[in-house]
Amino acid sequence: MLGGLNTRVMMEYLPEIWQGFLATLFLSTVGFVGAMALGVLACALTIQPLRWLRAPAVIYVDTIRATPLLAQLYFLYFGLPRLGIVLPEMLIGIIALSLNSGAYMAEIIRSGILSIPRGQVEAGMSTGLSYMQRMRLIVLPQALRTTVSPLIGQAIVLVKDSSLLSLISVVELTRAGQRIAIDRFMPVEGLVATALGYLMLYYALKSAAGAWQARNSIPGRG
Amino acid sequence: MVWFYLERIFGYWPVLLKGMGMTIGLSLLSLVIGVVIGFGFGIIRAGHNRWLSRVLGLYIDFFRGTPFLVQVFIAFFILPVIGIELSAFAAGVVALSNMAACFIGEIVAAGLKAVPSGQSEAAIASGMTRAQQMRLVVMPQAVRIITPSLVGQFVLLIKDSSVVSAIGLLDLTRAGWLIVQSVPNGLLVFGIVGLGYFIICYPLIHLSRRLERRSQAAFL
Repeated sequence: MLGGLNTRVMMEYLPEIWQGFLATLFLSTVGFVGAMALGVLACALTIQPLRWLRAPAVIYVDTIRATPLLAQLYFLYFGLPRLGIVLPEMLIGIIALSLNSGAYMAEIIRSGILSIPRGQVEAGMSTGLSYMQRMRLIVLPQALRTTVSPLIGQAIVLVKDSSLLSLISVVELTRAGQRIAIDRFMPVEGLVATALGYLMLYYALKSAAGAWQARNSIPGRG
Repeated sequence: MVWFYLERIFGYWPVLLKGMGMTIGLSLLSLVIGVVIGFGFGIIRAGHNRWLSRVLGLYIDFFRGTPFLVQVFIAFFILPVIGIELSAFAAGVVALSNMAACFIGEIVAAGLKAVPSGQSEAAIASGMTRAQQMRLVVMPQAVRIITPSLVGQFVLLIKDSSVVSAIGLLDLTRAGWLIVQSVPNGLLVFGIVGLGYFIICYPLIHLSRRLERRSQAAFL
């Protein structure tokens, strides 16, 4: 079916595809760091007892989770200039990606922390550990072991989501593939090259998640 | 000032309504097709035929590993090359239900594997055929396990349907995109678009959480 693939054209555009690949890698990495920061903050706010601090975090997480990234992206892209904030498309894209993934990461971290059996915390209390000590010595080390894999899963989602930035004309892997489609009228070649780039990142992250899981799963708790 | 814009945006209510209808229709249709094919995929993936499972695994990996936008382009631009000419709507349904089937397939396979093997052994011992085992013993238990994730997957599907706006299909997101060209207030326009999605998705997210809590309680 793809026997007539024009590999010569694909090779010719290889530098551009590579640039796009690097741009996708960059966007995803920066987006991941931003999302992590937001996720930890939102999670910390949702599990602490003060209601007026909890409410904004819950609203943030629920709003993001109930609306599509593309609508969020357009909201910022068409909306920020309205407020007199003019940013380069790439920065808008990174902000949207971080805001979006941050909400999911907050949920992942939260469920990791809540999955620690109550008895563990109580045992810590009865040996006289303070709240911070219990968190640092008992809860977080175990939570970390179970949350790393889902966090890598979210990184996979983030890499794929970054393709939507092509719709606000950020040049990344998807956009680079479209160059071949537009310049040479060869959509198949462009899309194959694009898909291969994403699959490389997917398999790398997927095997990383699997390796972590195999090493760090807590016996008896899946 | 806000009222002025709101009035202008609501002057476009037929477009918004049409977009909302398209988002719901497209999602529902793809959901039904995706669930049917997804359960088939899941049974094959959890089944005994190693080779079939592996080949299907590669297919599923391809669609789990590439962005949905790229898949929409594949349905719209590559399928015609091999002789399958699709309208934007048909391409959207094909791409969306195919991706849903891949994700649901993995969920179903995980659910089937989570049912203790003693259950199917007991079914064999009581003389059931393979089909009976699946239909009467294993699948009902698997469905209970995976229902919360399935509902979560539906939410993802509805949100992913926004991406088909990239090939010009008039869904809720595209409606917003069109309106913002003549009413230059992105915050309001996409605030309203977001509200539309929120109304559809939020109850489902709630349902998924409730189901999850209930099924956790059932296993404790």
